Amino acid sequence: MAQERTVEIDRRQFAVGALGGVAALAVALAAGPAAAQDATQPPLWQQAVDKILKGAKPVQGKLVLDMPEIAENGNTVPFTLSADSPMTDTDYVKAMHVVSTGNPQPGVATFKFTPASGKAFVSSRMRLGRTQDVILIAELSDGRFLMTRRNVKVTIGGCGG
Amino acid sequence: MLKPRIKLPETAKAGDIIEIKTLISHVMETGQRRDADGKVIPRMIINSFTAKFAGKEVFSAEIQPGLSANPYIAFFMRVPGPGEFEFTWVDDSGDKGIERLKLNVVA
Repeated sequence: MAQERTVEIDRRQFAVGALGGVAALAVALAAGPAAAQDATQPPLWQQAVDKILKGAKPVQGKLVLDMPEIAENGNTVPFTLSADSPMTDTDYVKAMHVVSTGNPQPGVATFKFTPASGKAFVSSRMRLGRTQDVILIAELSDGRFLMTRRNVKVTIGGCGG
Repeated sequence: MLKPRIKLPETAKAGDIIEIKTLISHVMETGQRRDADGKVIPRMIINSFTAKFAGKEVFSAEIQPGLSANPYIAFFMRVPGPGEFEFTWVDDSGDKGIERLKLNVVA
């Protein structure tokens, strides 16, 4: 019994210590890229999003960015993108753009579909340098855009750091 | 470029929506890292992927440095009938990987 109790306390202390460490690291990393940027310019990810939307306002729609809530290894974080679309010649998802808000370079990829795709769905793996929001923008054949974002906590960054 | 790995269903019928899984070995150097001497390691990524079926483009990707090394991309296609896939990867040096694969379409 006594043995078990000791283990329990150790585990708790470890958990608290680990959380503190992660928080400190996240703060340090968050300060990095922001400080290096020109204060008058919007952040790089915002520029990337503006370039995709070209002034359009995203509408509501069924768009899913599926990623783990916590990524242990930022070098390879699996993601799945899907939109509810019939994928016919007149009504289909033309493209899905993935933008990271916390990597040194915001671009991840643009996936381009055709009516022959049959399903607006793609899965792949991305790099995440730190805990951040990932943005997904879907471009529809009628010129409208759908947008969603998701926060992913990263324990070990994936940008060579 | 190294030989890619592709996974198709063993058989498919016209009208089926099938999943195509692709994987290729590539370092996907972001251009952000520095070597031991502090010099920036130049960017070297696969920047484009295209999938054609029976000569017609089905799916493509413009890839940026945020995609992981050894890019894995899985996507879908509605089978129009018998035919052959042609997958093309291109990296920053212009090096191309091309893979052709027949889809076994059954009646």
